[in-house]
Amino acid sequence: MSDVNYKQIIADGLWNNNAGLVQLLGLCPLLAVTNNAVNGLGLGLATLVTLLISNGSVSFSRHWVSREIRIPFYVMVIAANVTVVDLLMNAYLHNLHNVLGIFIPLIVTNCAIIARAEAFASKNEIIPSIVDGFMMGLGFLVLLVVLGGMREVIGSGTLFANASVMFGDAAQGLTMQVFDKDYPGFLLAILPPGAFLGLGLIIALKNIIDDRLETKRIAKRQQEKAAAEAASKVIGGVPASE
Amino acid sequence: MANDNLKAIWRAGSMLAFFALVGVVLLVVVQWLTKDQIAENARLMKLQRLHEIVSAADYNNDLLASAQTLPLSIEGLADTAKKYTASKSGTAIADIYEVTSLQGYSGPISLVIGINADNSLRGVRVISHKETPGLGDKIETSKDDWILQFAGKSLQNPELNRWKVRKDGGDFDQFTGATITPRAVVNAVREVLSINE
Repeated sequence: MSDVNYKQIIADGLWNNNAGLVQLLGLCPLLAVTNNAVNGLGLGLATLVTLLISNGSVSFSRHWVSREIRIPFYVMVIAANVTVVDLLMNAYLHNLHNVLGIFIPLIVTNCAIIARAEAFASKNEIIPSIVDGFMMGLGFLVLLVVLGGMREVIGSGTLFANASVMFGDAAQGLTMQVFDKDYPGFLLAILPPGAFLGLGLIIALKNIIDDRLETKRIAKRQQEKAAAEAASKVIGGVPASE
Repeated sequence: MANDNLKAIWRAGSMLAFFALVGVVLLVVVQWLTKDQIAENARLMKLQRLHEIVSAADYNNDLLASAQTLPLSIEGLADTAKKYTASKSGTAIADIYEVTSLQGYSGPISLVIGINADNSLRGVRVISHKETPGLGDKIETSKDDWILQFAGKSLQNPELNRWKVRKDGGDFDQFTGATITPRAVVNAVREVLSINE
């Protein structure tokens, strides 16, 4: 298909239809693991990989899977590849796997993944489906890192603490002390309510930005319209009819 | 008509079965590829915990193989514990207990407690806990030195009736804002010292 609008896919995944911010899917892991940026990044990456593979395989096999069995088929594809990701992380990213614990297998229950399978991958070619999976996953990942980072900075005054859990000892330098060492930490941000408050604030911020953009767009359209009308008056010399 | 239906069901069913088979094969292969690495990781994790108490240079037996499971019936502790014995060239150096206290503020607290051959404490570390961040989590070495104070203590030092947090009339400091967590740890250490004697 040559008429795939990649720009649209990218904009949807990252912003307009962001899995966490707009569809509000996958809230369970999103709220639970984001008490620091590294956890958010870890779960975000795992979700991203899962989305990529599941979108790819659903799209690849969409002609053989009839409508009646598509839901069990998606569940199977997603469960199998989450298990694969879980095993691989357990083997090669053991420390991070320990930190994220139960939330890796729980990616299976992240509705964002089955939603993309049904809404996009089952109707589109394989390449656009993979791009869609990547962009949706990336949008989710960025949200997880932003929310995690926000809670970490407010809650404990650091950013990317424990980066070594994920990237090995070389990454120790990544840790930033945002506030000074004596910062007592704002406990609420790290505790579960902080996740809800943080997510709420980010959604509010997104809505404000969208509102601003929309107002600007309308203003611009009106301006253009007015300019066009003015031009037609000058050229035609006859007032435009109502 | 009925025949057509049957055909469609048959077709869908076998398709699903086929994909299930593909999934199973994939999982078996990945599991087979990763299982050694995962077992090795688990082994290293365990050793790493024990090495917090006894450094690798201090013993030369197979620490993990020395594990024994002990049944416990002590109030406030989970009903099984693990005991490892570190020895060097046949001489016992220390016993290391893995116990779980059920008296935590928000869930069990797992501890490793090392006891020297002379019944003094070699050290205590927390393996896992769910205590409140910023308050109860000062039992972690990365947050506070509190847990290091146990090294060298024994049932004679302080006296058994002083083996409590200060609030309960004992010798051990609680932290500001958290009494329950240190109490759980102090009690667990005391009980383990008692069973070791």
